[in-house]
Amino acid sequence: MASEATDPFSARPASTENRATAAGSPDLPAPAMAAPLASALGEREARSSRAWWVESLVRFAHQKVAMAAAGVLVVLVLVALFAPAIAPHDPAEQFRRDGLNDFGLPVGPSAKFWLGTDGLGRDMLSRLVFGARISLGIGLVASLLSVLIGVLVGGSAAMAGGAVDSVLMRFVDLVMSLPSLLVILLFVAIVGPSVWITITVIVLLGWTYPSRVFRAEILSVRERDFVGAARAVGAGPGRIFFNHILPQVLPLLIVYVSLGVPGAIFAEATLGFLGLGVPPPAPAWGGMIQTGTSYSRASPAQVLLPGAAIVATVICFNLVGNALRDSLDPTVEEH
Amino acid sequence: MAIFVARRLLWLVLTMLGVSMLTFGLIFLRGDPALLLVPTKPGQQPDPVIVERVRKERGLDKPVPVQYATYLGRLAQGDMGYSYYLRRPVREVLFEKFPNTALLAVLIVIASLLIGLPLGIIAALRRNSLIDRAIVVYNTVAVAVPSFFLALLLIFFIAYKWQLLPFGGMGDPRHLIMPVLSVALPSAAAYAIFLRTSMLNQVRTDYARTASAKGLRPRVVATRHMLRNALIPLVTLISIDFAYLLTGIVLVEQVFGYPGIGSQVLIAVRNKDIPVVMGSVFFGALLIGVGNLLADLIAARLDPRITLG
Repeated sequence: MASEATDPFSARPASTENRATAAGSPDLPAPAMAAPLASALGEREARSSRAWWVESLVRFAHQKVAMAAAGVLVVLVLVALFAPAIAPHDPAEQFRRDGLNDFGLPVGPSAKFWLGTDGLGRDMLSRLVFGARISLGIGLVASLLSVLIGVLVGGSAAMAGGAVDSVLMRFVDLVMSLPSLLVILLFVAIVGPSVWITITVIVLLGWTYPSRVFRAEILSVRERDFVGAARAVGAGPGRIFFNHILPQVLPLLIVYVSLGVPGAIFAEATLGFLGLGVPPPAPAWGGMIQTGTSYSRASPAQVLLPGAAIVATVICFNLVGNALRDSLDPTVEEH
Repeated sequence: MAIFVARRLLWLVLTMLGVSMLTFGLIFLRGDPALLLVPTKPGQQPDPVIVERVRKERGLDKPVPVQYATYLGRLAQGDMGYSYYLRRPVREVLFEKFPNTALLAVLIVIASLLIGLPLGIIAALRRNSLIDRAIVVYNTVAVAVPSFFLALLLIFFIAYKWQLLPFGGMGDPRHLIMPVLSVALPSAAAYAIFLRTSMLNQVRTDYARTASAKGLRPRVVATRHMLRNALIPLVTLISIDFAYLLTGIVLVEQVFGYPGIGSQVLIAVRNKDIPVVMGSVFFGALLIGVGNLLADLIAARLDPRITLG
């Protein structure tokens, strides 16, 4: 399925295979596509069993590219967590004496500034390192919240069925057909930029895709024998959902959080680039690109470095998410 | 067919009703909507006399349901509000820039297909070849590059370093190449991968086997038989892509200083010209809705198996 799990923005899915089904118009028959994961598992062991987890992890570990990407992500998270210890300088400190040359332009790499400085004489490396906190932080938090809302909405729709299901899914259709960037701009224009506004708007527009995925998954899990057994011994819908169905779709949660991060990072970076993201002097990658454009002729690194950081992070999340999805589903076909 | 169109049109109207509630609701986020409609310089309070006049003029002194009914009635007549900043109706502002944006959008779709379709077909025909793998890698990278960053890269290398194309502006058709490529290159990658998968899904179908069995060369089976069926889901994909396309266009217009709706909206955001931003949300949703409807009709036309109704 797609990386647009939390996708108010244009992070296109790295693998577009099931996208038409997932997001397709409700009036069109879905093109023949893979069945939901749960049914693919069929009558095999339940998804939460230890053997299944180990098997999936082994399948994941066999994918070399994905393992490398996971390694990069671990490093990135560590960099973000220990930013104050890693960054050589304060990211907001302006080195007016040695951080700018005689013409007031940023200086290139040196022993003091490993990656040079930006237009205000601030250390690029330190800003990139601290920028990882904002991009990854917003990306992960926004994606996690979107997926949680998606599970709740998709779950309610699947469990309730009937009119509730139709109304909820039509609402999802409506939110999905909004011009996301313009809606976000309207929000920001009214309320003003901040970290929490950025996260809020990403989540408000990003929960729809996961809700469709989880609705489909939960619908198919609901038909399995052990759910019928639980119902037969008198378990209520709440108990069935939380004790029997939710554990089955938990692994998918990781997949869709991972696939949702790129969209959230794109949204954050785009707002930053438009000067509407996290307010300065906080270093965020998108905002760094924006400041960098004024100096891109003198030092293209101003734009290239934060841009490369975004691209690398997004590629890694896509690779890991797709590989995880494939390893969770042993029946997936390799073309 | 008529029932299908009627149903989709009804759904479009319902969607636009939902969008109108959203835009109407959002202006209450900060309390008094009249304060939002009057443009103010940062750090300054709006002139209370003007605020009162706007409140009267826009009927904002009435109860909220009446206000919404008025807003809706005006929208239904095509009145998307009035920009007190530009001193012009929002509709006029948006319609003036619409042809430029539409031109960009059409060129982007054409360019994405021109690049994406051949790549997808080649990848499907030569599965696991070097070209196939290269296309997969290209897609992995392309989907990870924000369009504004790609635009900056193109400007830096093509316009500045190698001086192949002029930077920004409008008038000369060459000005359109970089903005179009900034959005079309990632789209083309997505289309190529999608078409490849879609083609490979056709390999084991009965009709493809029959075509091969009667002695057609693999290339003919692929292009004459499989491609036609593989293209149908692609139409749906392109229709879903309209929303992405709009986002990409807004950003690219901004980067290249292209005079379209996107750059107009961003100017409005900077000036706190809320009516223009509100109008653009409504107009954008309408464009996406109409685009999706058209794509569904085309898909139904291409595929007789799709039952309308």
